[in-house]
Amino acid sequence: MEKRIEYLEDVTIRFAGDSGDGMQLVGAQFSNTSGIYGNDVNTFPDYPSEIRAPEGTLYGVSAYQIHFARHKINTFGDFIDVLIAMNASSLKVNLPKLRRGGIIIANTAGFDEKNLSLAKYETNPLEDGSLSDYQVYKIDINRVLTHVLEDLNLNPKYVDKTKNMFALGLAYWLFNRPLEATENWLKAKFAKKPDILEANLRALKAGWNYGASREEFAIQYHIPKADLEPGIYRNITGNEAVAIGLVIAAKRANLPLFLGSYPITPATEILHFISGFKKFGVKHLQAEDEIAGICSAIGASFGGYLAATTTSGPGLSLKVESIGLAVMLELPLIIVDVQRAGPSTGLPTKPEQSDLFIAMYGRHGEAPLPILAATSAADCFNMTIEAARIALKYMTPVILLTDGYIAQGTNPFKIPKLEELPDLTPTFVTDPENFQPYKRDPVTLARLWALPGTPGLEHRIGGLEKEDITGLVSHDPLNHQKMVEIRQKKIDGIVNDIPDAVVEGEQEGDLLIVGWGGTYGAIKDAFEKMRQSGYKISMCHLRYLNPFPKNLGDILKRFRRILIPELNNGQLRAILASKYLVRGIGLNKIQGLPLKAIEVEMKVKELLNEVRS
Amino acid sequence: MIYKIDEIINLNPSPIQQLTPKDFKTPIDVRWCSGCGGYSILAQTQRILASLGIPREKIVFVSGIGCSSRFPYYVNVYGIHSMHGRAIAIASGLKIARPDLSVWIATGDGDCLSIGGNHFIHAARRNVNLKVIMFNNAVYSLTKGQYSPTSLPGQITKSSPLGVLDDPFNPVGLALGSGATFVARCYDRDQKMMQLMFDRAARHDGFAFIEAYTNCVIYNDGAFDLYTRKESRAEHTVLLEHGKPLIFGDNMDKGIILDGFTPRVVSLTDGKWSVNDLIVHNEQDTTLAFILANMTYNPDVPRPMGVFLSIRKPTYDEKVTEQIEFYKSAPGAYDFDKLLKGDEYWELK
Ligand code: SF4
Repeated sequence: MEKRIEYLEDVTIRFAGDSGDGMQLVGAQFSNTSGIYGNDVNTFPDYPSEIRAPEGTLYGVSAYQIHFARHKINTFGDFIDVLIAMNASSLKVNLPKLRRGGIIIANTAGFDEKNLSLAKYETNPLEDGSLSDYQVYKIDINRVLTHVLEDLNLNPKYVDKTKNMFALGLAYWLFNRPLEATENWLKAKFAKKPDILEANLRALKAGWNYGASREEFAIQYHIPKADLEPGIYRNITGNEAVAIGLVIAAKRANLPLFLGSYPITPATEILHFISGFKKFGVKHLQAEDEIAGICSAIGASFGGYLAATTTSGPGLSLKVESIGLAVMLELPLIIVDVQRAGPSTGLPTKPEQSDLFIAMYGRHGEAPLPILAATSAADCFNMTIEAARIALKYMTPVILLTDGYIAQGTNPFKIPKLEELPDLTPTFVTDPENFQPYKRDPVTLARLWALPGTPGLEHRIGGLEKEDITGLVSHDPLNHQKMVEIRQKKIDGIVNDIPDAVVEGEQEGDLLIVGWGGTYGAIKDAFEKMRQSGYKISMCHLRYLNPFPKNLGDILKRFRRILIPELNNGQLRAILASKYLVRGIGLNKIQGLPLKAIEVEMKVKELLNEVRS
Repeated sequence: MIYKIDEIINLNPSPIQQLTPKDFKTPIDVRWCSGCGGYSILAQTQRILASLGIPREKIVFVSGIGCSSRFPYYVNVYGIHSMHGRAIAIASGLKIARPDLSVWIATGDGDCLSIGGNHFIHAARRNVNLKVIMFNNAVYSLTKGQYSPTSLPGQITKSSPLGVLDDPFNPVGLALGSGATFVARCYDRDQKMMQLMFDRAARHDGFAFIEAYTNCVIYNDGAFDLYTRKESRAEHTVLLEHGKPLIFGDNMDKGIILDGFTPRVVSLTDGKWSVNDLIVHNEQDTTLAFILANMTYNPDVPRPMGVFLSIRKPTYDEKVTEQIEFYKSAPGAYDFDKLLKGDEYWELK
């Protein structure tokens, strides 16, 4: 059959269905296949927050969104181009995100009376003309499959379970993706169940054939390969990237890894991954509470481990006293905070840049520590390594901020070669001659690390103020001032050991967009798009929040206006104001949703129009 | 996998033959009030540590906050003086990470049972191989005299001027109920018994809990006199010795029988009861341990001292090590390239 081919720059597709429909699975497959094909890919899974939501309901809808392109992309897509809706509820929930003129592929079997009523539709949207703004393809997938799988004599339940593969096959046809990777994956997954394997392979193929053979599918879309750096890639979520990053950092530090953690959404997956890493020698404790999570890590750090604790907002609140102890003990420790909307329980499954203030200021006394933030799922790996590097080199706790969005979203991760990563091996002191626990490295000001088990170095450390050098308890007023200043100086000095901030676009001028952490993608996409349309704007995105890069003050001075988009009420804005006396303009989205490129674009345009009028 | 810390773990140990209690003293002045029960605990600890055959560098004391938690500064081994209530949590991480170390905790009734209660019960439940010495003085002393979770109803303290309303914890019962595998009680005035308990705890493989009645001369003086003073203790305490009947009294003329599940005092001189009728202590009997623990606040029976329970179960740290050993030979073990690549990866040329 003759088909027209259309070339596109980028497409956003969303697989949506009931929780039991296997949407996460096909979404991940589509994402991998697109990565293998050579596109840049950015994804976000969207599960219901109920553990087992009732079938067919609006709150039981599960979706997986994939944005793929022939160029570098940074978000999972503000709007959907193609919506695959396996039932009425999934159409209703996701329709608002579909752009006008977009494609709907609906499984009519999921639009029977029962499904319509669960979705609270009075009439069938596929029949009542309400979708006239979209291109709608109606397919009774269940019927097609019953026919295709007839001779396998499968239980109808299994036939129903393969409808996601049909949808995936059709999506593969629509965007001209090869089936091979998914076929291989199915073969590995169902190696011991040949009839289920056969059913899934057939369903996948049937989806493809449906697109290829039916007249109504007149156009096939091609999204050519992106011009990405050569190398080996995989898709990775931010949480997995942190977990693997910790193991690799420990390997590069030549230390065993210890994780002390308490389950909390959306950080728990890191604990899950780490608990499966026994075969890498990793020890972990699922602690009785958040405090024990960090305290056990402090104990392990005292014992010479690379130690970490992982948490989210409420857990960070519980850990603050212990973080203060780690500051005082000057022991290396990685604290990963997967930020979620607060305060209190807030919106546990929803992202927010909620914790910059608590990371920066949330301890009694003067307790400075380095703060890092990851910009994307893949960047979570880099920043975990970086957190370990700084923690070990400066003998300090480090807070790494990620968020619920980059923690669960994926993007392609260029796999580094182990030996190309920095060597993080610390030095342990063993010589009792003139040993003092708070003797410092003259350059880094890091104190010596002496492990229990070393003869002759027996010493006591604690939360009481330390005497300089000896580490003995001291209530001396001047010593206290001195120690506070030394601890501050040590953290401030890290500024010489981190990269300068980079300004993209004009190096000086009217408008600079300053963001931090997980909003990078949205800001970058908006920035790129507007630059291409000729706007003279600039952006500078921060991954180092304490200390800030050395040149940040200079950069801020070079622009007339600073726009600071944040998923909070202006935390970075306030900190920059107090540190550099700049009055930033806030774009503050506090809805438990990730930032969208379009929102940045609108705000920038609004500001630029202001100038003109 | 050889780690950098193995260099430390495998260092030649310091000589242990000639260790004396003096070797465990630090140059720091002990800052407890004179007459504080803590001194005796410190002295007995130093004595026992010298006799264990463990090099000094392999011993760590961790403490929280309180008078008792000053302890690590006074023992010349490794130490952390941490936060209020958190010693056991920190020590758990240390022991899991470093099973080669002998990890001890010095704590008090407030530190261990109030603010640190959660860590205490969970470390006991997990059977982390820690030695917990809880100085029980039934009062918050460092904060200058408020009632604690072991203060008695009616006790007048600075924060209970009309008398305490709470019922106290029974620390031994709480430890048993939480799954501790070694549980004992002793008191500051009896050095010999304290040494014995510390020695037993040190040699126990598993979570060891010792409640040590400690006199606070300032805020709760004489709280345990009935059980600790020469004049009264024989009549008011009973020593638990494995395999021996429960006999007590000035003339060792009384004993404890089990009346159903209730311990009762009987006379051994009135002809009705003989030694053969008495409870015979069995440190491995968990049920008996609970019954004996329940004698604690019962005024009709003497207060048991000694080892309530001592049983061997695999420790948490052993089990962690075992799992790691087990997976050493699993497919993909220590294959970091494979870890980085995951199950699905692709190459872009
Ligand atoms: S206040 Fe009481 S417990 Fe504290 S040191 Fe003095 S006597 Fe000992």
